[in-house]
Amino acid sequence: MTAASHTTIARRRRRELIAGAIVLAVLALLPLAVHDTYSRNLIIITLLFAGFAQAWNVLGGYCGQISLGHALYVGVGAYVSTMLLVRGGVPPTLGMFAGGAVAGLLALLVGWPCFRLSGHYYAIATVVVGEIGYQLFLNWDWISAAEGINIPYVRAIGDSWLWLQFRIDKLPFHILALTFLTATFLTAWWVEGSRWGFSWRAVKDDPIAARSLGVRVFRSKMAAAAISGGLTGIGGAIYAQYVGYIDPESVMNGQLSILIALPAVLGGVGTLWGPLVGAAVLIPLSELSRSYLGGSGRGTDLMIYGALIVGVALLRPQGLASLLGIRVRAPRDVAGDVAESPRAA
Amino acid sequence: MGLIYALVAAGLSLIFGLMDVVNFAHGELLMLAMFAAFLIWQATGLDPLLQLPLVALLLFGLGVAIYRLLIVRALSVPFNRGMVQIFVTFGLAIFIRGAAQFAFGGEYQSISQSLLANRTADIAGIYLPLPQVASGVVCLLAFTALLAISRTEFGRALEATREDRDAVALIGIDRDRIFGLGWGLGAATVGVAGTMLATFYYVSPNVGANFALIAYVTVALGGFGSLTGALVAGILIGETESFTALLISPALKQVGMFAIYMLVLMVRPRGLFGRL
Repeated sequence: MTAASHTTIARRRRRELIAGAIVLAVLALLPLAVHDTYSRNLIIITLLFAGFAQAWNVLGGYCGQISLGHALYVGVGAYVSTMLLVRGGVPPTLGMFAGGAVAGLLALLVGWPCFRLSGHYYAIATVVVGEIGYQLFLNWDWISAAEGINIPYVRAIGDSWLWLQFRIDKLPFHILALTFLTATFLTAWWVEGSRWGFSWRAVKDDPIAARSLGVRVFRSKMAAAAISGGLTGIGGAIYAQYVGYIDPESVMNGQLSILIALPAVLGGVGTLWGPLVGAAVLIPLSELSRSYLGGSGRGTDLMIYGALIVGVALLRPQGLASLLGIRVRAPRDVAGDVAESPRAA
Repeated sequence: MGLIYALVAAGLSLIFGLMDVVNFAHGELLMLAMFAAFLIWQATGLDPLLQLPLVALLLFGLGVAIYRLLIVRALSVPFNRGMVQIFVTFGLAIFIRGAAQFAFGGEYQSISQSLLANRTADIAGIYLPLPQVASGVVCLLAFTALLAISRTEFGRALEATREDRDAVALIGIDRDRIFGLGWGLGAATVGVAGTMLATFYYVSPNVGANFALIAYVTVALGGFGSLTGALVAGILIGETESFTALLISPALKQVGMFAIYMLVLMVRPRGLFGRL
C-alpha cells in the first residue's frame, strides 16, 4: 500500500467518524422534536434494533458468517441481567455487562462446533442452536419457564440510573439505546480499520486463500462471534429493562434472530452505515404496518413486509445504504460468499 | 412421522443439492399443499388419497413458477448472492404466510372425514392409527419414485447440472429448464407430504414453520443433496422425537432431535450421507 492511498484511507475513516458523530448527535436531539409516547417508543426500538443489527454485522457482515440464531444472545443477555436483578439484587448497570460477558462466552461455545461448518450449513446450525436455547428456556422452571419474568419497579428507589428503572419519563431509555448504538457503531468503525477487520474480510471473501496467507481462520471467526454475541447480550439486557417484562417468546424466538439480521442485510451487509439505514427503514415500517394493518388479523402486514424483503433483496442486493451514495465494496467474489460446500474451516 | 419428515426433507434436499439454494419458504409450500388438500376436500369431498396427483401437480407448477419468477433473478444478482437467496426465499415465506392468512383466515382446521379418518390398522396385534400408516406407505412409495426418477435420463441431467452447471450447457442441457424442473419436483414432493399430513394434522397458516425447521435439520443431518440421507435422517429424527417425548419429557422432544443433529455434525460436518 502506498503512502498516498494510506492517507486517503485515513482521511476517509476520519470523515466517517465525523459523519457518525453528526448523525448520532441528531438522533440524541430527536426527543426535542418528538413528544408523543408512541413515536418515542418507536424511535427507542429502532435505535435498539440498529444496535443489534450492527452487532450482528460484526459477525455476519465483516466476517461473513450468517448467524440466524442471534436471538439466543439477546435472550441470554436479558435473562442474566434480569435474574441477577431479581434474585441477586445486582443493579442492571452491572448486570448488563455480565449478560454481555455470558452471551459472548456462549457465542464462543456455539462457535466451537458451528464454525466447522460453512455457508448454509453454518446458517442452519445457528437456527438450530437458537431453537434449542428457546426450547430449553421455555421449560426451565428456575427462570419461570414460559411464564416470563416481570421486572419490578422498586418504589423505594424511584427513577434511578443505577437500577435503570424509569417510570415517569422514558427519555433516559432513549439515551441508553443511543449509547448502545454508539458503542456498536464505534466497534464496527474500529473493526474496519483494525487488523482483525482485515483478516475477517479475508475469511469472508475466501477462507482458503486467507489461510494460505497466514490468517487463523477459526480464531478470527471465534473473535468475531465473541464480540458480536457480547454486544448483542448487552443490548438484550437494555431491552429487558426497557420493556420491563421478558419471556422466551419475546427475547429468544427465532423470529427475533431474523429481525436482527434483516436490517443489516437489507441496509448493506458489511458496511458501517447499512445496519443503521436498514433499521431506520425496516423497523418503523414493520411497526407501523403492524399497528395499522395487523389488527385485522388478515395478514396484509405480513404480505407487504415479505414483498418488501424480496424486492429490496433482488433490486438492491448491495443494500439500501447504497441509495444514499454510501460507498459499498465492489463485487469481487461473484460466485457468492455463502454458497460453498461444507468443509472444515 | 419420521417418513413425513423424510419426504419434506427430500424436497428441500433436491433443491439444495441441485443449486446450492436453501429454500426458506419450504415450510410454507407444505402449508399451501395442506390447504390445497383441505380446500379441495371441502369443496368436492374428494378424498385426500385421490387428490395426491392433483396437489402434487399444483405444487409442481408453483415450484416452477417460483424458480422462474424469483430464483433465476436471485441467482444472477452481482452482490452478496448467498445472502440474497436466503432472504429472498425468506421474504417469500413471510409473504405466503400473510397471503394464506388473508385468504383462509387464521383458524385451525382439519379434514374430518376421509377414507382413513379415525380408523386403526391392526398389524400383528398392534393397533396403529390408519392415517399415519397410510402416510408412511405413501411416503415410502414417493421416495421410491424419487429414487427411480434420479436414475432416468432426467435424473442424470439433474446430477450433471449439479456437478458443473457451466459444463452441461456445452453439451446441450438447458440449465434453467433443469433447475426449474428440479424446483417443480421438489415442490411436488412437498405436495405429496402435505396432502398426507393433512389427513391427520391440523391445517393453519403457521403450520409450516415448525416442519420447515425439522426439514432443515433432517437435510443437514442426512447430508445436503442426498436422498438416501434424507430418508435415513428423517426416520432417525422421527424416532428421536418419539423417544425423547416418551423417556424424558414431551416438552423437550424437539431439543432431543436437535441435540442428535448437533452431535452428528460435530463428528461429521457434512451429514451422514453427504458427499464432497
